[in-house]
Amino acid sequence: MAVDLRPAPAGVRAAPSGRGRIRARLSQLDLTLSPYLYISPFYLLFVVFGLFPLGYTFWVSLNHWEIIGGHQYIGLRNYRALLADDQFWNAVGNTFGMFVIATVPQLLLALMLAGALNRRMRAPTLFRMGVLLPLVTSVAAVAIVFTQLYGRDYGMANWVLHFFGVHKIDWQANKWSSWLAVATMVDWRWTGYNALIFLAGMQAIPQSLYEAAAIDGASRTRQFWRITVPLLRPTIVFVSIVSTIGGLQLFTEPLLFNNGYMNGGSLRQSQTVAMYMFENAFQRFQYGYGSAVAWMLFLLILVFSLLNFLIIRRLAGGRT
Amino acid sequence: MKDVIRRRTRGAVAGSARLWQASPLTYAVLIVGIVLSAFPLYWMFVVATRTNDVVGAVPPPFIAGHHLGENVRRLFENEQAHFAKALVNSAIASAVVAASTVFFSSLAGFAFAKLRFRGRNALLLVIVATMMVPVQMGIIPLYMVMVHLHWTGRLQAVIVPFLVTGFGVFMMRQYAAQAVPDELIEAARVDGATTFRIFWSVVLPALRPAASVLALFTFMQTWNEFIWPRAVLNPDNPTVQYSLALLNSAYFNDYTLMFAGTVIAIVPLFVVFVVFGRQIIGGIMEGAVKA
Repeated sequence: MAVDLRPAPAGVRAAPSGRGRIRARLSQLDLTLSPYLYISPFYLLFVVFGLFPLGYTFWVSLNHWEIIGGHQYIGLRNYRALLADDQFWNAVGNTFGMFVIATVPQLLLALMLAGALNRRMRAPTLFRMGVLLPLVTSVAAVAIVFTQLYGRDYGMANWVLHFFGVHKIDWQANKWSSWLAVATMVDWRWTGYNALIFLAGMQAIPQSLYEAAAIDGASRTRQFWRITVPLLRPTIVFVSIVSTIGGLQLFTEPLLFNNGYMNGGSLRQSQTVAMYMFENAFQRFQYGYGSAVAWMLFLLILVFSLLNFLIIRRLAGGRT
Repeated sequence: MKDVIRRRTRGAVAGSARLWQASPLTYAVLIVGIVLSAFPLYWMFVVATRTNDVVGAVPPPFIAGHHLGENVRRLFENEQAHFAKALVNSAIASAVVAASTVFFSSLAGFAFAKLRFRGRNALLLVIVATMMVPVQMGIIPLYMVMVHLHWTGRLQAVIVPFLVTGFGVFMMRQYAAQAVPDELIEAARVDGATTFRIFWSVVLPALRPAASVLALFTFMQTWNEFIWPRAVLNPDNPTVQYSLALLNSAYFNDYTLMFAGTVIAIVPLFVVFVVFGRQIIGGIMEGAVKA
């Protein structure tokens, strides 16, 4: 930056001319208005494309609303119909089934991986990149590849299983098998990422605790369960809530696992709530009913994040 | 700055004293993990280089063939997938969203961290709250908004709503709070710099590490977006993920065609990962500690 060493024109400093006053005013304006100007893009965008749609979803859900022919206010009738809708509850069951069999092993595996990564080793960055690799692949690509791996006739999963005497499984056909298949896709993609977050949490645990425990003769396994896990509690809560929010919105993986059929298979074996919402809104053009599904999904996420929080606080805290 | 350096060295010393040496078992666990991580990707590549008659082969093929070029050509010539258009669309959308998110998030993050104004804390709280809201909740009315604007089927529909995110603003605020010393801003102020000038020449350069991580994340996220493009775009003007889904439902027996698509779809992400892997890992781990 060039520095101007010439003395400033005397007039400007001594008695503010008209121009100087304007300058002072502008500078005052700059100080007071700039912050609002700088943060406004987010709020503008959020109001138009975030807040308005959210509130509007609720309004739409109180109407009988189809793509053509306007809408009619019907109060809570969509919600009442939804509570009696077997297909909706089926989707809720599927979503939770996949969520549970995906999340529980995933968090345990991630914890184990993080424990392994939290050692002094050669090429730590390489190992960290290795476990993170699945995250940087595109989600549709993952779903397509895994769907082939789970093919009934030529899939590699069945080929490996036949060595153990397991007969060909039609993975898409049953509830439990399609849940399991989708859960492995989710786990494959997210375990490494969660391991890195756990690792960051582990590195923040003070060394002195382990030294004291070692002096008292606690084994490493014992140290892990008695020191690492309880002190990792905030991280565990964070990870499981993020997993809950993501897991209950599951959409792409089960959709592509069913070759793009929004119903999740002929018996709706693997239709999730998000798919059911999409099906109602964008294939049956029942915007009102679809919006009611969206709000129920929101409530489910809220309730389960809270439950999750309480349970994990209990579990991880109970050991200390 | 000095603070940061001191903390780093202290962390490193404590770290090396604390950590147990990795045992062979540790390496074994990690190597199994990495093989499981890499295998589906490797297999994706193998199938993309073969012809369709390997599909029923027992045992399945584990070594690459030499038909990749042919499969890629078939992919780009396929009239239903519009794959070339999809690549261009995704590249434009991801680049624009990433650049814009970084710029506006830095600007807002700087304001929240370093400028004083009424309602600052309440406004920041609003941003944190928006991060908790599941995005899929709003896609039905968002779609109605797009119909109103006559944006359905057009690329701006997948760009404009995402030009700046609550996550980005919050991340840049956290970073700006600790990376930009107040004295530096005061000094620039005394020199007569305008607020925007301070942002541009003093703050933005200091935010560069966090900004690049945010750019990478945003790019990857936009590239991977599926439910919204699927809802608002048309099959003849898709993004990459949408195009892959189209292939998946129309050609689910043509494995090599689909897999050629998946390989090309992850190449940009893979390149980003190999070049910036270290920063990405740093970004994830730092973000975790703060959260």
